[in-house]
Amino acid sequence: MARVVLKNLNKKFAETHAVKDVSLTIEDREFVVLVGPSGCGKTTTLRMIAGLEEATSGEIHIGDRRVNDLPPRDRDIAMVFQSYALYPHMTVYDNMAFGLKMRKFPRREIEGRVRDAAEILGIQDLLGRKPRQLSGGQRQRVAVGRAIVRHPRVFLFDEPLSNLDAKLRVQMRVELKRLHDRLQATAVYVTHDQVEAMTLGDRVVVMHDGRVQQVGEPLEVYGAPRNRFVAGFIGSPSMNFLETTVAESAGALYAEAPGIRLRVPAERSKRLSAYTGRPVTLGIRPEDLCSAAGDDSPGFSFEAVVEVVEPLGSEILLDVRAGNASLVARVSPATRVKPHEKIRLAFAPERIHFFDPETEEAIPLSI
Amino acid sequence: MRRSGPFRLAGAAVHRAVVLLFAAFAVFPFYWMVVTAFKQNSDLYVGAMNTAHNPFIFNQAPTLDHVKYLFTETPYPTWLFNTLSVGLIVVAVTLALAVPAGYSLARLSGRWGERLGIGVFLTYLVPSTLLFIPFSRLISILGLQNTTWALVLVYPTFTVPFCTWLLMGFFKSLPAEIEESAMVDGCSRLGATVRVILPLSVPGLLTAVIFSLTLVFQEFVYSLTFISSVEKMTVSVGVPVALIRGDVYYWGSLMAACLVTSVPLAVVYNLFLDRFIGGITGGAVKG
Repeated sequence: MARVVLKNLNKKFAETHAVKDVSLTIEDREFVVLVGPSGCGKTTTLRMIAGLEEATSGEIHIGDRRVNDLPPRDRDIAMVFQSYALYPHMTVYDNMAFGLKMRKFPRREIEGRVRDAAEILGIQDLLGRKPRQLSGGQRQRVAVGRAIVRHPRVFLFDEPLSNLDAKLRVQMRVELKRLHDRLQATAVYVTHDQVEAMTLGDRVVVMHDGRVQQVGEPLEVYGAPRNRFVAGFIGSPSMNFLETTVAESAGALYAEAPGIRLRVPAERSKRLSAYTGRPVTLGIRPEDLCSAAGDDSPGFSFEAVVEVVEPLGSEILLDVRAGNASLVARVSPATRVKPHEKIRLAFAPERIHFFDPETEEAIPLSI
Repeated sequence: MRRSGPFRLAGAAVHRAVVLLFAAFAVFPFYWMVVTAFKQNSDLYVGAMNTAHNPFIFNQAPTLDHVKYLFTETPYPTWLFNTLSVGLIVVAVTLALAVPAGYSLARLSGRWGERLGIGVFLTYLVPSTLLFIPFSRLISILGLQNTTWALVLVYPTFTVPFCTWLLMGFFKSLPAEIEESAMVDGCSRLGATVRVILPLSVPGLLTAVIFSLTLVFQEFVYSLTFISSVEKMTVSVGVPVALIRGDVYYWGSLMAACLVTSVPLAVVYNLFLDRFIGGITGGAVKG
C-alpha cells in the first residue's frame, strides 16, 4: 500500500483548464472521496493518477515514486470504471484473471486469487458467464473483483455506483465500505453524489471549477463548510441561503432581510461587527430549522408561509416563503401544517453560517 | 392513439406488399441469371415474334453445357484464380492499413479527427474513370503494366479509404474505457488494441473484408486498362472479353460466370448478414 501525493497538479485541454493547482496528500490506507458537480475536474484528477491522462504540470507520487512519466500499467494501481468496462468477450473468470495473466503470475496463484476475490464478492457461481449475462449489480461486483485480485497499491474508483438503481447503490455502498475495512487499501473514489462521499470517505475532497474547495472529514466539511459552494453542495436538501444586511440595534447585531430579522448570536458578533451596514449571506441547513411555538427563542425565529409540504415518512420537508426568500425546512413528522398556512420556524443559533457575499468565503467564528 | 382494426389490417397488408415487391425486385436478376445459365440454347434464342414462348421458365430440360464451356473452353478458372489472389492480397493490405488508421482516427478526439476522417472518405469518392489515366502512367513507370500486381497496387486506393472510414466508426462505438481498463490491467496501448479491441471488432473487420472482396470482384475500369493478356485478366474483364464476340453474346456462359462468381460472395454475405449490418450501423449510430 502507499500514499498518493499530488503537487500543484494542472490539466489543460484545448480550451478548458480542467484541473487547477490541485495539491493533495492521500495517506496510506486512507479512503478519500473526490466529490463535486460534473465538470469540476474530479474525474480528470483521478485519470491523471491512473496515467490515462497526462498532467499538464505538477507532480504525482505513488509511494516513493514519481509516476508522471509511467504508463498506467507500471503504476501498480487498479481502477473501477463507471461503465465497469468489463471485457465482453471474456468470461467473468478471465476478466478477473486478465490483469494477473498480463503480469505473468503463475496459473495456480491466479486461480487462488480469483477464487478468493469471487468469494469475498459472492460471485463464485458466475465465474463461467460472460458479462452480458450478468445484471448491473453483478457486473459491478466483477469490476470490483477485477481490481482486488491485483492487490494493487492504490484503488481508483470512477463513479462506480452511478449506473446502479437507487436500492442497489445503497447496498453496494455498504459493501464497498466493508471491503475497504477488510483490504485496508489506499483508495481514491470519485463521485458526484455527496451522500456517497459522506458515507464512504475517511476524508472528502470537494472540488469545483477544477479547484479543491475543501478537504476534510465528512462531518467537518458538513459542519464547517469553508465557502458557500461547499455549504450548498454538501447536505441534502441543500443549505438555505438568505441575503441579509447586518444592522446594529441596542448593542446587538441583527441580520435583516425583508420580513425577517434575526439576532446574530453573541459569539458571532465580534467577527460580524465588521460587516455592520453591509450585506452578508446567512446560511442555515433545513435540518437546523424547526417549528416553534409563538414566542419561543425570540430573535432566533421567524414567521413563514408554507408553500409545499413533502412528507417523507421519517420527516417532512416544508418549502416555505419568508419575506421574499424561499427556504426549505426539515421538520418532525408530527408537524401538522397545510399549504398557505403560517408557521413559526426557529433555528439553533450555533448552527448558522455566514458568508461574505463577494468572496463567498465563510466568515469564521473567530479571527 | 391506437388505430382501429381494419386500418391496422390494411396497414399490415400494404407493408407486406411493399416488402414482397422489393424482395421480388432484388431476387429477379439472380433468378434470371440462374435460368439463363442452365437453359439450352434453343430455349434461350427464340424469335422475338414467338409470343407462345415463356422466357421466365425452363421450356426444355436444363443443361450444364454453358458451365462446361466456361470451364473448359475459356480461361475462366485462371481468371477466377487471378481474381481470388488479387482479392486476398488486397484484403490483407487493406486491413493492415485501415485498422491502424481507423483506430487512430477514432481515438484522435476533437475536430481534427473528424475532419481527417471525412477527408479520407472523400478520396474514396473520386471516380476511377478519372483516376485511371494518371494511374496508368504510374503503373508504366513502375513497370507493372500487364501484371496483376498493378491491381494489387491500385485497388487499395479505394478499399483503404472506405474501410478506414468504416472501421473508424466501428472503433468509435467501442467504449474507450474498455481499453483503458486493459491498460491499467497491464497492457500497452498496442497490447490493449490487440487483446481487447480487435476481438470486439470482428463484425467491423468482417464488413471490411467482405466489402473489399466485393469491390475487387466487380472492378472493371482499372482491370481493363492495366491488363492486356487474357491469362492475366480478372473475372470482371475476362468474361466479357471472351464471351462477347462482336455482337454475339454467349448469354448462357456469361450468366454461368456471373453465377459462379457471385454465389460464394452471396453465401458469405448472408452468413454474416447480421454482423455486416452491425458493422455498417455500428459506426453510424453512437452506442
